[in-house]
Amino acid sequence: MFDSPSIVVGLDIGTSKICATVGELNDSGGLNIIGLGQAKSRGVRKGEIVDLALTKDDIRDAVVEAEQMADVEIRSVYLGVTGAHVTCFNNRGFHSIASHDREITEEDVQDVLKNARAINLPAENRTVHVIRQHFAVDGQEHISNPVGMHGARVEVDVHVVHGHFNRLQNPIAAVRALQLDVDEVVFTGLASSLALLTSEQKELGSIVIDIGSGTTEYVVYAKGIIKHTGVLAVGGDHISNDLAFGLKLPLGRAEQLKIDHGSALVEESAKGQVITISNDLGLPEKTINIEHLRRIMSARIEEIFQLIAAELDAAGVLDQVREGVFICGGGARIPQIQRAASMVFGMHAYIGKTNLMSGLKSALDQPEFAGAIGLARFGSFELKKRSEDRRPLLGIRSTLSQLLRPLTRG
Amino acid sequence: MSIETVPVIKAAPLTAKVISVGGAGSNALDHMTQTASLDLIYGAIHTNRRVLGDSRVSNQMLIGARRLHGMGTGGDPELARTIAEEEFEAVKKFCSDADLVFLVTGLGGGTGTGAAPVVARAAKEAGALVLAVATLPFDFEGPRRKKQADNGLRQLKSAADAVICLPNQKLFQLIDENTSLLEAFKITNDLLLQGVKGVWQMLTRPGLIKVDFAYLYAVVRGCHAESTFAAAEAQGENRAKEVVAKLLASPLLDHGKSLCEAQAVLVSLVGGPDMTMADVNRVMEGLTRQTDSGQIIMGAAVDSAFQGRLGLTVVVSRNTVRLPTSAEDVPAPEPEHDDDPVPAPPLENRFEHAAPSPNLLQPQIETTFFADRENTRPPSRFVAPAPELTPQKKAEILTQQSRSGKTRKAVSKFKQQQLPLEIISRGRFEKSQPTIHRGEDLDVPTYIRRGMALN
Repeated sequence: MFDSPSIVVGLDIGTSKICATVGELNDSGGLNIIGLGQAKSRGVRKGEIVDLALTKDDIRDAVVEAEQMADVEIRSVYLGVTGAHVTCFNNRGFHSIASHDREITEEDVQDVLKNARAINLPAENRTVHVIRQHFAVDGQEHISNPVGMHGARVEVDVHVVHGHFNRLQNPIAAVRALQLDVDEVVFTGLASSLALLTSEQKELGSIVIDIGSGTTEYVVYAKGIIKHTGVLAVGGDHISNDLAFGLKLPLGRAEQLKIDHGSALVEESAKGQVITISNDLGLPEKTINIEHLRRIMSARIEEIFQLIAAELDAAGVLDQVREGVFICGGGARIPQIQRAASMVFGMHAYIGKTNLMSGLKSALDQPEFAGAIGLARFGSFELKKRSEDRRPLLGIRSTLSQLLRPLTRG
Repeated sequence: MSIETVPVIKAAPLTAKVISVGGAGSNALDHMTQTASLDLIYGAIHTNRRVLGDSRVSNQMLIGARRLHGMGTGGDPELARTIAEEEFEAVKKFCSDADLVFLVTGLGGGTGTGAAPVVARAAKEAGALVLAVATLPFDFEGPRRKKQADNGLRQLKSAADAVICLPNQKLFQLIDENTSLLEAFKITNDLLLQGVKGVWQMLTRPGLIKVDFAYLYAVVRGCHAESTFAAAEAQGENRAKEVVAKLLASPLLDHGKSLCEAQAVLVSLVGGPDMTMADVNRVMEGLTRQTDSGQIIMGAAVDSAFQGRLGLTVVVSRNTVRLPTSAEDVPAPEPEHDDDPVPAPPLENRFEHAAPSPNLLQPQIETTFFADRENTRPPSRFVAPAPELTPQKKAEILTQQSRSGKTRKAVSKFKQQQLPLEIISRGRFEKSQPTIHRGEDLDVPTYIRRGMALN
């Protein structure tokens, strides 16, 4: 099992937990999740590391647990990155076909992609992903592969995800300090969407919202391609904080109440309902009005969705979504969250299920592991691509690996 | 104060003068006459005969010849001001016969700082609309000059109708290590020229969709600190796209960032007769995409000289907190009888607020070339001094007030301030970077920001 080339590991450094997933490529090319390790994260706020030493310890715990469960030695990981600094935009590259017969070759495609990648970013920023969307040949749009076609001018739309260089380096440094290699950095939102969406859902148009504790990532697919990505530095922690403030409780208590009695909507049945919380000695200490709790929560959750909806609307992608909203991350645990989302977005909303892979049922059923599982899935595409590169004649490219081919190294 | 003249932009043709005050202004004017061929009348005012002698502008006026013998003020703005006040009538004559006066000056020295506000007032009294274009000194010129410049700018602001201000210090963003001193000053002069030229052309070109001063006011009015200005030109097949790209790349707009934060944008587009609707559409689309929530006012004009070219000029008013204009700030003076003589306020006051706009349509505005984030100055807190009253008048007002004794008592009583009921802590996020979204701190509980009551 050691040194097997078919092992991929995803590492998601989250605000509340650090999660490592071990996946194995089976013979048919599918991904099988064989191990999962998680540790409480103590040194991360809003998706970004604030205490490197603590985070290193936590990463080690998670990785060791995953190693034990999968019975493999982990040498390198696909690392998830997020944070408020990660943003996206769409760019277009041009290339004129120089050849006499005006036939577009593979080189022309590489050239146009190169041009699309020449972007004016702020000096301190660096691209995380450059994802190709569609080609256009002589103004004819929506061509997925122009090689062999005839035309004078080929254009390509790419989706660029970029972030602050130094802040992207922090998690990489934490992982490298543990003598682990980073195969690739991957935007966590993108990873979650890979874990959740089928190609049909991508084709119809879907929004994936990963509500973590520190950040909320969102990715929009339409017509099979990524249209928009983004991060909102608001998450479950904010809900707990709101409750702690509004109900005048310590943060830990508020968090527990959120898990036990929280809901994304204020139902009629909750009106007037009170619970009594007791202190360490079991004596009643305080009564909490459930309605208040839910109103505080629902206001925050509604706002998160509204902010995302407003941004997607401004970007003009909201209308292209036909399938619905898929929610994952710890926030998907909140009861009624689908209904809250569907009320804001005006479309169906579902809890995302990582059904695309086989393996540990206990891991796949949990929405909060979607990011880490998606990272492993991303790794499996990379692995397949590399083995295909080695055997170019035998390789059958799947649509997805084709889609993700132009990803750059972070 | 018999200033009731309301300058009116007469129907075409508009006549405009460019008048320089002081040495820096004179240099800029030389540059302007050499490089640009605008049908403007140029004139130079200075206290120094030698500088005027070097100038290529034929229409010159030496002030303070009697006192200074043409030697200059030696960097004393007070002296320059006194001299300009003494020769006020002559200056006024010099500035007359124009609808619009561009005042070009460099603040920080003697003549420019001291005399420019007086010249502005004179020009205004002569019936012109006054638009000042002023540079502020480099930091290395020392705090004294900076202070003088700040004072001068404040006075200029209250005297002129609009001030486009160009802090030289910001020039360092435009030049590299190897730029020579001469080139650096040439760039400043170029920018001054651009400011004059851009506005002039915006106002005078026959417009399909006309932009006039009223629009200019609408954009910059009341935004005391952060208004920016930029222009770009492009030609060729893709000129519509290119001109937007060029404009957005301009350091004057902080590489397009100013547009995102803009509250209002005044767009003036100039093209040849071949300008198509699609061009206009493309440019506006490009700008609208950049502008987050600002109001866009656009004008388009056709100029045969622009055949195959496209020129774009924008005045961007930044998204600062819109404070009341100084005119609105001033409380209405107590009623006074027409026959009451209004005594002249002391010289200092008279100067600084010498010509407050009689109507709100002409507020004092300032436009900065470069958004100066660090040095945003608060708006003028000036409150007009109470008019001096005759004893009868005082008695009358007092009796009036004592009649409505109850309200007066309530007003004069010390009002205890109310402390906020809850101090909103950021709890868990106390030490982390705040998540600010459109000016809202998202770390503060939503229900508090939305004002939801928990009963």
